[in-house]
Amino acid sequence: MSVNTTTTGESQAAEQQGISLPAPAAATGNAKIMRTAGIILLAIGVAAPFLSGNFLIFQLTMMMIYAIAILGLNILTGINGQFSLGHGAFYAVGAYTAAIMMDQFGVGYLWTLPMAGIICFVVGFLFGLPALRLEGVYLALATFALAVVTPQLFKLTPFEHWTSGVMGIVISKPEAPFGLPLNPDQWLYFLTFAVGLVAYVCARNLVGSRTGRALMAIRDNPIAARSMGVNTALFKSLAFGVSALYTGVAGALGAIVVQYISPDSFHFALSVALVVGLVVGGVGWLPGALFGGAFIMFVPNIAEELSKGLSGAVYGVIMILMMYAIPTGLGGLLKAALGALSKRSMTR
Amino acid sequence: MHKRRNMLKYMGAGLVLSAGLAMPAISQAADMPGVTDTEIKLGNIAPYSGPASAYSTIAKTISAYFDKVNEEGGINGRKINFLSYDDGYSPPKAVEQARKLVESDEVLLIFQSLGTPSNSAIEKYMNMKKVPQLLVATGATKFGNPKEAPWTMGWQPNYQSEGIIYGRWITSEMPDAKIAVMYQNDDFGKDVLAGLKAGLGDKAGSMIVAEASYEVAEPVVDSQVVKLKASGADVFINIATPKFAAQAIKKAHEIGWEATQIVANVSTSVAAVLTPAGLDASTGVISTGYLKDMQDPQWADDPAKKDWEAFMDKYYPDGNKASNFTVYGYSVAQTMVHILTQAGDDLTRENVLKQAASMKDVTLPLFLPGMAMNTSETDYFPIEQMQLMKFNGERWENFGEVISGEVGG
Amino acid sequence: MELLAQQLITGIATGGIYACMALAVVMIYQAIHHLNFAQGEMAMFSTFIAWQMLAWGVPYWLVIPLTVVISFAGGVAIERLVIRPLGDAPVLSHIVVFIGLFAIINSLAGFIWDFTIKPFPSPFGEGSQFGGLISNHQVGMIAVTMTVLVILFLFFQYTRVGLAMRAAAENPASARLVGIRVGWMIALGWGMAAAIGAIAGILIAPIVFLEPNMMLSILLYGFAGAVLGGLTSPTGAVFGGFMVGIIENLAGTYIPVIGGELKLPIALFLIVTVLVFKPTGLFGRTVVQRV
Repeated sequence: MSVNTTTTGESQAAEQQGISLPAPAAATGNAKIMRTAGIILLAIGVAAPFLSGNFLIFQLTMMMIYAIAILGLNILTGINGQFSLGHGAFYAVGAYTAAIMMDQFGVGYLWTLPMAGIICFVVGFLFGLPALRLEGVYLALATFALAVVTPQLFKLTPFEHWTSGVMGIVISKPEAPFGLPLNPDQWLYFLTFAVGLVAYVCARNLVGSRTGRALMAIRDNPIAARSMGVNTALFKSLAFGVSALYTGVAGALGAIVVQYISPDSFHFALSVALVVGLVVGGVGWLPGALFGGAFIMFVPNIAEELSKGLSGAVYGVIMILMMYAIPTGLGGLLKAALGALSKRSMTR
Repeated sequence: MHKRRNMLKYMGAGLVLSAGLAMPAISQAADMPGVTDTEIKLGNIAPYSGPASAYSTIAKTISAYFDKVNEEGGINGRKINFLSYDDGYSPPKAVEQARKLVESDEVLLIFQSLGTPSNSAIEKYMNMKKVPQLLVATGATKFGNPKEAPWTMGWQPNYQSEGIIYGRWITSEMPDAKIAVMYQNDDFGKDVLAGLKAGLGDKAGSMIVAEASYEVAEPVVDSQVVKLKASGADVFINIATPKFAAQAIKKAHEIGWEATQIVANVSTSVAAVLTPAGLDASTGVISTGYLKDMQDPQWADDPAKKDWEAFMDKYYPDGNKASNFTVYGYSVAQTMVHILTQAGDDLTRENVLKQAASMKDVTLPLFLPGMAMNTSETDYFPIEQMQLMKFNGERWENFGEVISGEVGG
Repeated sequence: MELLAQQLITGIATGGIYACMALAVVMIYQAIHHLNFAQGEMAMFSTFIAWQMLAWGVPYWLVIPLTVVISFAGGVAIERLVIRPLGDAPVLSHIVVFIGLFAIINSLAGFIWDFTIKPFPSPFGEGSQFGGLISNHQVGMIAVTMTVLVILFLFFQYTRVGLAMRAAAENPASARLVGIRVGWMIALGWGMAAAIGAIAGILIAPIVFLEPNMMLSILLYGFAGAVLGGLTSPTGAVFGGFMVGIIENLAGTYIPVIGGELKLPIALFLIVTVLVFKPTGLFGRTVVQRV
């Protein structure tokens, strides 16, 4: 094998991500802090829908949905080191799966979630196969193309019978089951909360498993991983599949919560927003997804408050300032802070 | 395990809390939300960012017009508080903004929310909440269905009516025409196309010899125009938004396609479509109109134009006078003012909707002569009349009668 | 047959737009080894500057060099003021900054000049060739693109600065060791990319009309062209741009049922297929990986 001075974009990227997951055997002090923070967050999450108006509940639900989608993207980019600028496509596939099942076949909304997950897994896995050959900017372009193309596929005339073409599909909002004393907004909040929790726990377990280590090995050094017997092709495609599964489930939830989908709902700006959320939250740090979701959900509103005519510019400025302040996202910042903290406690 | 028990405990606590908090939702003047003795709160959703941001001019014009109304004393002594939010032409965002307007700002109604996707997304919610969604900024035919969605009403002539008018005109004037259609692959393009086919009736299949669609994401439509010309058609129907309409007119001229050209009403602006396309190339183009084009020299001495100019100069000096959207926004805002004035002091949502649904021959200064708005409990299309017009290289010349293109049913 | 010829020529004419943009894309890639998502918006903004000067009555022959110079300065300034402070931040953070820049420039242009389309005069006058299939302007545009291509080739191949820039982009550490001022080379790359973008914008605007969103889709086609041809090769990029234009038109004309609706998807699908077999593009250098 000849050796060249240039490394590929991808491995370079992974090197530059700067953060990897904290090792399982992290300092117990840090683990305790993280666990406390997690429990507090959980408590706030459960209490929130009883303390806020329906509008805020809706916003929080959307935030969690974006967080689930970003979590999926994080598995691909943060854990496995592959770029995707096209996760909006998987979000759209999930949303359409749910909407068509409910609208055309009268399937209950809960059943659409696993179905959206399965279909997106397959689509993601299949997309991952050709993507194996692409790296860095080439992969970025291929995925970006996917994001641009997908909405066009959904309005294709031969599919109109199912997708309602450009007119989109209106969905009914589900009521809380079992006579729970919750209004539909609160119920959807808890549903999303539960799905998000399960998704997070699964993602954590995945990262801690053999598979997760294989995925990270591929991110950190694909050739070394291959020489150690990791089936890179299989694992990279799997990462695409799992990542798409997460994003697809988020898309299905999004369709149910928004009660409407159309090709315009999945403009490539959605894919771009997911990437922004991923980076702001911290690439490779799973809980960062929640922060990323909050960022893409609320910051554009803040920008709009500041200036309507220039809201785009304000949002852009906030994004850039964010990158100056925390170039590795919230995850990178916390890791650095915790690192400093544990170092100090050790010296003491 | 420990964690799960904790969660259940919180959940239990939450349920108890919710029972206590569920009550005080009803407050103050519940019968007239968004209205006080001095203020009427109107909501609006428009794309200030994103791919459709060109349309934000409409909301800006409306806002400027309400400034004028307020400065002149408001409506029956109440000032209009116009809350306009950005949805970036994204349906999920439109839902969020609609809920913000209804649940958090507690507006009287939502007015002129823009775009078929965004309005489709919020329609169900608005009707469930029984909040009027009035004079929406889209011509999609679905927004005039009082049976299914009694709280949602359109304003502009719907796209299908427009298509029907073209179809009928071609059947009567050029019964042997071979038609080529270029349309934007979205609700607007498909709706006009559907109307055209309805207007052509049984002969649609044989008369339309070629169709080509384009995506808004495409930079140019040259290929489509060349392909359509090759079909040998002698009528070219150009169902496109301004940028693409201008490109197509220009290209058809360049390749020497001597067809009768029809361009959709959204792209009739002399300044924003025909001038970029080339006045020479645009000569002879046919379309329909319902508003006066302020760049059209025939209205130079019209007092209504002078009023509009004075308004633009004083309240919207940054606005582009060459843009048809300012005329549109000005007129639709006047319609809203008319409805609110009619409602008098009874500004309940029910009464405002009732007033909107009982317009009788209401005419506006910038309507083409002979046009009027009519609505009823079963007719939710305020403007259904249009007039055919032909561009003579300098201005639009109206011809024929004012036509009504009512959609059956 | 006639239709085929017509669509080929139209494809070349449209491809000229993409080629122009692809060249600007490759330029920045040479300098920073990223794709700059704000590049289309920078070009659009430059074009608006040119339009504003024309509106003020500055003569055309003066407007073009002025715009190019202003854009060059603007590109350098963006690098120094916005990108430089990022330092060694991860690639994805750079991408977020590009997205931020995109939003800022697009929003500013809309705020200053609003979103109505504006005609932009052609430096090559009106009129057309081949029965109107390709306008004089498009012929001129292709000629300018070719000229820029040749100049760039000479610049990167034979001038000290050009060689230094390539070295700085490909291996900053070694370049620094041999005394190249890597930071300034990158800034220079930004400036040149902005200047070429300005030329591209001025050439493209008369065809698609000037408005803040005019570059949104063209940038995607430019990326596609550049990637198809190979990001490391300006010649490849130009060739790729033309190919994208032609493939797209033929797909739209000859593939039944879905062709018309799926022009762009089909073109992108073909490009991805090419990439699967030739991952660095048709003309790109093969990169060998280091363990």
